[in-house]
Amino acid sequence: MYELDWSSVRPALPFMWEGMKVTLKITLTAMSVGIALGTVIAILRLSKNGALSGLAAGYVNLFRSVPLIMVLLWFSLIVPDLIVRAFNLPRMANVNVTSSMVAFSLFQAAYYAEIIRAGIQSVKAGQMGAAQALGMTYGQAMRLVVLPQAFRNMTPLLLTQTIILFQDTSLVYVAQVRDFFGAATIVGTRDGRIVEMILFAGGVYFLVCFALSSLVKYWQDRLKVGA
Amino acid sequence: MFADMNWRVFFEPAPAGGGATYLDWLFQGLKLTVELSMASWVIALLWGSVMGVLRTVPNKILYGISTVYVEVFRNVPLLVQLFIWYFVIPELVPAGIGNRYKQLDPVFQQFVAATACLGFFTGARICEQVRAGIESLAGGQKAAGLALGLSLRQTYNHVLLPMAFRIIIPPLASEMVNLVKNSAVASTIGLLELAAMGRQLLDYTARAYESFTAVTVLYILVNLVVLGFMRWGEAKARVPGFIGGGR
Repeated sequence: MYELDWSSVRPALPFMWEGMKVTLKITLTAMSVGIALGTVIAILRLSKNGALSGLAAGYVNLFRSVPLIMVLLWFSLIVPDLIVRAFNLPRMANVNVTSSMVAFSLFQAAYYAEIIRAGIQSVKAGQMGAAQALGMTYGQAMRLVVLPQAFRNMTPLLLTQTIILFQDTSLVYVAQVRDFFGAATIVGTRDGRIVEMILFAGGVYFLVCFALSSLVKYWQDRLKVGA
Repeated sequence: MFADMNWRVFFEPAPAGGGATYLDWLFQGLKLTVELSMASWVIALLWGSVMGVLRTVPNKILYGISTVYVEVFRNVPLLVQLFIWYFVIPELVPAGIGNRYKQLDPVFQQFVAATACLGFFTGARICEQVRAGIESLAGGQKAAGLALGLSLRQTYNHVLLPMAFRIIIPPLASEMVNLVKNSAVASTIGLLELAAMGRQLLDYTARAYESFTAVTVLYILVNLVVLGFMRWGEAKARVPGFIGGGR
């Protein structure tokens, strides 16, 4: 039977915290950009202009039918290429984190867009009609009346999606980015303690995600009472 | 960057392949992705259904076991779960079994780990769908079954589950699509499925855009096939009177 030895964990904590910062940086960037871009895509998708709504639907369907790993590989290829072409810079050694942030932002935007679209559709049509009858333009009515109510309804879903995003950032492993999990595996390989380090990393992910999803559930129940 | 593509690269013979072309490599990867997805789907559907039923039965211990399962498998990243199945579990089982397992064909070990990982990961999602399906039925159905003298097991087998499964086909379809996409994670432990084959093509041909485009298109095609198949099944199994079932 294998003897578990956790002595590698403590001295490696600062190193893994550096990795966790990368994980959080990618998560928060992809969340902010993803929700902003997702809102735009959702509004385009609901627009009466067939070309715009078709374009938005195509964006969402494309990203939703490709594995995240492929998206990450694509962007680790394209982003350095674009940087070279756009700024005429020599190929930089480390744009991996940047490519991953771009990839996650664009990928998550497709998923957020679907949640936001459902959220907008959950607001009663009369709200838009009433706002426009009061003399608001479509843009004003969307921004001041519909979206605030939509976001209130869909916040729990957006947060749940963000928890999934936090877990998925571990896949930057394929783009040679040293995130929290990457750091843990490096320590594990170095010390010959890969079993313990994987289990430790899994435990940390579990605690963070379980705590956050319990909070979301609690909040969701409170929203229900308020409604 | 797309202007100087050369698609003929796929018809060039691959090295050490007895006349096989790079296109054959791609299809080998595709075949492995399909096999992996199908094997995992069997585990996910069976295990997820059992756990989903346990989430609804009036027994605290069974309910507790299934709840712990769902929470653990939903709150640990897929990649970490795969590494646990591949690197950790063979070490933690008794040494005799572990050593014998580690002497097996490495590809077989990768396949087993990836299948178990994807099966139990997807099972946790299916478990929640099955539970939601059962809970969406009117409470009277269960009561009526029991009042007619059916045992709890018979009520589930003949009344609740046949209805629940017909209702949850659409969410099951999207879980199946997710499973195919998630199977790309197996490339991280060296299994040469479709995504890994894309990287290998890149290494051998230095044709990055062509390789990744081919792989991406194949994933989209597989997903379209799965969705078309499930839509057909959904139309067959639709329950009149439920959403979209007003026949």
